[in-house]
Amino acid sequence: MSKFDHKDLLGIGQLSIEDIELILDTAESLKEVSTRDIKKVPTLRGKNVVNFFYEPSTRTRISFEVAAKRLSADTVSLSASGSSMVKGETLIDTARNLQAMHPDLIVLRHPSSGAPHLLAGKVKAGIINAGDGINEHPTQALLDLYTIREKKGRIKGLNVAIIGDISHSRVARSDIIGLTKMGANVTISGPPTMMPLGIEAFGVDVVYDPIEAVRRKDVVILLRIQLERQSAVLFPGLREYATFFGITKEVVKRSKKDVIVMHPGPINRGVEITSEVADAPYSAIFDQVSNGVAVRMAILYLLIGGS
Amino acid sequence: MITWIRDGDVVDPAKGKVEKADLIIEKNRIAKILPQGVFKEKGPRLKIINASNKTIIPGLIDMHVHLREPGHEYKETIATGGMAGVAGGFTSLACMPNTEPANDCRSVTEFILEQAERAGLCRIYPVAAITVGRKGKRLTEFGDLKQAGAVGVSDDGSPVVNSEVMRRALEYARYHKLAVISHCEDASLSGAGVMNEGIVSTKIGLPGIPAASEEIMVYRDISLAKLTGSPVHIAHVSTAGSVELIRRAKEMGVQVTAETAPHYFSLDHGAVIGYDTNAKVNPPLRTKEDVLAIKRGLANGVIDVIATDHAPHSSLEKELEFDKAAFGMIGLETALPLTLDLVRDGTLGLAEAIRKISYNAAAILGISDSLLEEGAKADLALIDPEYEYVLSEEDILSKSKNSPFIGRRLKGRNELTMIGGKVVWERSA
Repeated sequence: MSKFDHKDLLGIGQLSIEDIELILDTAESLKEVSTRDIKKVPTLRGKNVVNFFYEPSTRTRISFEVAAKRLSADTVSLSASGSSMVKGETLIDTARNLQAMHPDLIVLRHPSSGAPHLLAGKVKAGIINAGDGINEHPTQALLDLYTIREKKGRIKGLNVAIIGDISHSRVARSDIIGLTKMGANVTISGPPTMMPLGIEAFGVDVVYDPIEAVRRKDVVILLRIQLERQSAVLFPGLREYATFFGITKEVVKRSKKDVIVMHPGPINRGVEITSEVADAPYSAIFDQVSNGVAVRMAILYLLIGGS
Repeated sequence: MITWIRDGDVVDPAKGKVEKADLIIEKNRIAKILPQGVFKEKGPRLKIINASNKTIIPGLIDMHVHLREPGHEYKETIATGGMAGVAGGFTSLACMPNTEPANDCRSVTEFILEQAERAGLCRIYPVAAITVGRKGKRLTEFGDLKQAGAVGVSDDGSPVVNSEVMRRALEYARYHKLAVISHCEDASLSGAGVMNEGIVSTKIGLPGIPAASEEIMVYRDISLAKLTGSPVHIAHVSTAGSVELIRRAKEMGVQVTAETAPHYFSLDHGAVIGYDTNAKVNPPLRTKEDVLAIKRGLANGVIDVIATDHAPHSSLEKELEFDKAAFGMIGLETALPLTLDLVRDGTLGLAEAIRKISYNAAAILGISDSLLEEGAKADLALIDPEYEYVLSEEDILSKSKNSPFIGRRLKGRNELTMIGGKVVWERSA
């Protein structure tokens, strides 16, 4: 087995192709644990993982918690509202206090881009970025890569469309970096108001019209439209968005016959995705969730299971 | 007491020349500038400063600093900022009014001048607010502020959003001979942005501030200066588009002057990678193309002044998540080496470079500092343009240490600063 030489997982950019393959292969071998009667292996017994979530999260937080527990690590969960943050403590001070209790890993979800990078420089524990602002969500990208590889048998050479609010999506940023690194051809799509300046430099094609964007694609990844952004001037309203950028089964028909549709969740039925698409056989949305546990088990194991 | 500064290269930015000469300082003035070897006096009342291999420049003038007093003394005071100033070769500082309370009335202006007197370091020239409380609504008492000692007005830190208020400020300030210094920013376009909008902001996932956010307001202020026939000074120019707008305005005869800061010609937005909050500044560090345009603007005279926008912040405002950290960086102690870089890379001649960070600023503010000629106030600095060093936090005399240049190699530093004939700062060996 090749070596995984990282203290932290801050972004997809830091990983080599070999690192990513190692994570996916490790996840594959660990996935089976979740199907056992006794869903637990002793691999990380005596290790301590802190789930530190400054933002609301269901899927990612539970996924990390389940992953850690299946590997027998002890977990502690901390949310912003229940922490000293509400008493005005800074992120660095909170982290230093956590560090004083000697955790092995801190899983951080934070609304500020770069927050995990700030922590990584200040504490000895490893940091896993569980989503920072609009920057990255590397474990989501890894579980997306895993799901694509599982369904398609490969990633290299596949044609993938990512549709939605690219500017404000940490999933999009990590997916783009991961997919292009692994040799997929990526097309991004969405309203021009949600397309970040200079995104072409990531090696993607920009096709604003989603009907054009999904044409002959192997994989279509939809992004959540954040309802709270309605107050901004990014788009006129949900009805307009659903009409011109929502993905219906008619739109999906333009892609390849064996297309899979993915979504990081939580989905807004009737906005970026219709129920027919979300519940269709080609929808891999729940596979993504199952695979999320396996991929996170792999990451935990590779970061702190070595010694 | 006579001071003889001998054998130095003397820079005269007004005449645009550099030549070896001896300076004779008597009382608080430059009594004589003599060719080498002419002055031969000896005696107990003669102090000799050997300036061989050194360059003598007029005391630098920074028309844009934040000294944080009153209100934010934990970041900087007039005394600590003055100390950072003299260490950096500055003898005069114009301090911005975004204090707490804002400098929007005579009593605050007078307080600042009293504190400057107590500190006894740099000459301090208060810039008062354009509007009461810097809220952009009602003009401050320009006449009263001028009498109290203000040299200009600015709501720096915030734009004057209301265009009629800005128009009236320009008209009224001209009558009172106050410089109007404009912070050009369309705040609605900057939005939640924390760095330049561009390829780097896209790469590292930070909300961006587009160049247009600055340029829209630069154009508005040029338009108002033209309408009113009044001068306007554009603060901290950071984009190629702003340089072009100012160039065209000057060609049309609009009375517009402009400053940029050393970080805008020394760093680009790549400095933010790694989420270094010391590189978070407003306007933000821009692209390489903008940096080149700023240099061209300095070279062809579109940009008149180099000012630091020295903005001290403590670790309380900087050791934070990037989007929560305050905008601003200190600059008084790095301006000289960074400006000398422009001489070394051929952008400016030495006299012209020094002129932009002294004489030109004095002219805009209507103050008489910064001449190196017989009869002038003896405000000067003795610098070693060739000295190379790596800037460390311990070197910094400013109360705050928020500099992105920490750890970088700099070339050129100040050795001695004289104000009114007195040595106020000298580098200890």
